[in-house]
Amino acid sequence: MISILCRYGELFLKGGNRGFFLRAMADNVRRAVRDLPDAKVSTPYGRILVRVPDELREDACVRLERVFGLVSVSAGAEAETNLESITATALAEAKLAIAHNPELGRSFKVQTRRTDKHFPIRSHEVDCHVGGAVIDALGMKVDVHKPSLRIGIEIHVSTVYVFAEMRPAPGGLPVGVSGRALLLLSGGIDSPVAGWLAAKRGLALEALTFHSPPFTGERAKDKVVSLLRILSRWQVATTLHVAHFTQAQQRLREAGPAELAVVLYRRMMLRVADLLCDRTRAGAIVTGENLGQVASQTLVNMANIENAARHMVLRPLLTFDKMETTALARRIGTYDTSALPYEDCCSLFIPAHPATAARLADLEAVEQRLDVAAMAAELAASCERIAV
Amino acid sequence: MIAPSSPPRPRWIDSRPVDIESTSDRLGSVGWGEGVFVSSSVEAVIERPGDHVAKDRAGEGQYASATSSLKYAAVADPMTTYLDNAATTMPAPEVIEAVAQTMRDCYGNPSSLHGLGAAAARALGRAREEVAALIHAQPEEIVFTGSGTEANALGLLGATRVAPPARGHHLVASGIEHAAVYHSARRLASEGWQLGEVAPGKDGRVTVESVLAAVLPETSVVAIMLVNNEIGTVQPVADIARALHSLGRKIHLHVDAVQFAGLLPVDVRTKGADSLAISAHKLHGPKGVGALWLRRGKNVASLYGGGGQERDLRSGTENVPACVGFGVAASLARGDGGARARVTKLRDQLEALIFGGIPAAQPVVPVSTERAPHISGILLPGLPAEPVLHALEARSIFASEGAACSSRAREQSRVLRALGVPASTGSLRFSLSRLTTPDDVARAASALAASVAEIARAVRGEP
Repeated sequence: MISILCRYGELFLKGGNRGFFLRAMADNVRRAVRDLPDAKVSTPYGRILVRVPDELREDACVRLERVFGLVSVSAGAEAETNLESITATALAEAKLAIAHNPELGRSFKVQTRRTDKHFPIRSHEVDCHVGGAVIDALGMKVDVHKPSLRIGIEIHVSTVYVFAEMRPAPGGLPVGVSGRALLLLSGGIDSPVAGWLAAKRGLALEALTFHSPPFTGERAKDKVVSLLRILSRWQVATTLHVAHFTQAQQRLREAGPAELAVVLYRRMMLRVADLLCDRTRAGAIVTGENLGQVASQTLVNMANIENAARHMVLRPLLTFDKMETTALARRIGTYDTSALPYEDCCSLFIPAHPATAARLADLEAVEQRLDVAAMAAELAASCERIAV
Repeated sequence: MIAPSSPPRPRWIDSRPVDIESTSDRLGSVGWGEGVFVSSSVEAVIERPGDHVAKDRAGEGQYASATSSLKYAAVADPMTTYLDNAATTMPAPEVIEAVAQTMRDCYGNPSSLHGLGAAAARALGRAREEVAALIHAQPEEIVFTGSGTEANALGLLGATRVAPPARGHHLVASGIEHAAVYHSARRLASEGWQLGEVAPGKDGRVTVESVLAAVLPETSVVAIMLVNNEIGTVQPVADIARALHSLGRKIHLHVDAVQFAGLLPVDVRTKGADSLAISAHKLHGPKGVGALWLRRGKNVASLYGGGGQERDLRSGTENVPACVGFGVAASLARGDGGARARVTKLRDQLEALIFGGIPAAQPVVPVSTERAPHISGILLPGLPAEPVLHALEARSIFASEGAACSSRAREQSRVLRALGVPASTGSLRFSLSRLTTPDDVARAASALAASVAEIARAVRGEP
């Protein structure tokens, strides 16, 4: 069996709620590895420990590296509580790490911690003993400041964890601890990243997308589903609501001047989002909006759009440059899918010169000609629900 | 509102409840208009309105990686009018049966010495005879490949590899070749070959004179397609071959005949080409198998080494079931002698209905141009193609984009650009097959009229 130690970051700061955060963290770790046969998650000594069969080491680590709230994961082995076993295990782990990446063979350091102070040998003495064995067996140099390989040893009452690798995890907070929100997800580059960032701060999301048949095809919808599947690997969201927007879009377009159309669509989208928030008990709406990116994302228009919503609107990407968003999209894995060239929701209905500073009174005047509340209610009621 | 007169509402809106679990049992009866349709790259469970209750508490049971089994039901119902046969055709039932039977009963490796191997080799030999007969070739001139694209690559790249170095490395190809040939030629150009590109006329055809004008003393390979896949024009391949012969030089003429679709008479004895590529799935055969006809005595180099199958020109264990399916499809095509006249007549009816009923629609090339029977290109000035296609799809008509520019991320097709079609003009391609019926044609024409009206209203913002 492989033992994987999962380290969490900010949970230590949470004072009286620490138990709640820790349980959520462990639950999410469980969820991440639940499809791996014989994976066991436990929380000994306040640590989160995942045990998997040897051959699933890589599969497990890849999943755990995507769990929000964890800052790093270390796969290794458990030794018996005696120096011989610890040394042998440390040597084996060091060899394994170097075989995987010969770069690590330059220098090393051993770091021992004893939670069990009854263990008869002091931490520093363990360091020296294991270090000596590594020098003898592998001929490596010690470097206590910038070692290429760190051998970690944690001595507990009945077991010892030994590991020679540490992989970064995304940090943030466990998904779910910050509450629930609804993500407006399109097929573009921004909104999946916005969802990822919101989930990173502990929000549990469901997604809402707008589909305009026949102006958008099956493939545009499949693309959004594909994006959601990628996000689900990060536990961002697994449920997508699809609203059929064509008729509402055409009515909004026909009711007022073309240059207001985009802001009117966005206001309608938020009204639908409001109703879905009610239904899913979500406390906020998350969008991929970004200050100044397009005409509907000027300060004036964002205020106009938000004005239609009852719920708080969160915009994790507000201050991002496009390049920053793109880089993050690549890291998350959504970029290539976002870049697929299918007609996106309503690119056809975008006027040549949308207003960059619509007046709220003008927008409301158009909306008064229509029963926008009823339109939103019908859109929300007729949503299709897709679970990936 | 969507056109008040539009007959069926788009199926996305017309959402009836669907029992996901039993969908796979009902594949035969589930139509496009009903319920689940998810692309093969996507697994999903879809719930329709009426089941919206968020049943999970925060952080509980929500974040499973999808464990649902693949659920997709992409099936054509009897009401479907499939007019995208230039993309691919529906496999004939006889083909499906032959492929399945070969997989079941004839799974030996044709190279094995035992009886199962011999049976597979015999089946392959019969398939080779059938495919050869379709183009009046000898069986030993047929090399089975994995696709039409691969057959083109073997014919074109293979010919350039045996071109005598003394002759220089010059290649001539038409500007409207299929990507399979065009991009292979571009790659050769990046590897040091000189490429002479022959532009088509306004009628979408290259002339013998323009080809000859591009041929230099050092030209060793010429590639001209028989039928253009986007606009259906037929190139004067036999005349070009004769003209090249009269030059008295050794020039390899490769012909991409993938779009002949079994609907044009192809006689390799009279076409005068040196190699010719065809594909099974364009004539109701299976996907994943093509063939290169290589004139006896002509030589090409294989693209890679291996076990030496197919006269050492295309190594790799033969896809016996697909080859058998190809043979059956070839024999069915050969047996349907009336197909050409029938399909031509249907295409002409379709065009008469479209051009008579939709004032805005124009033919992409003059209707009198020499064209293959099954391809009709329609231009819709000022209208984007993709929404029209989706509107057609909502009426159970399946056609294709003529590949015009409809989104910033996509480029206009170079064939349409070569014809001087503006990028703002939507272009549709209807392609028929020998299984198309008069009813299909009538339905497609009336659906197109309704779809064009619907999209035109929406695009112009008219109520």
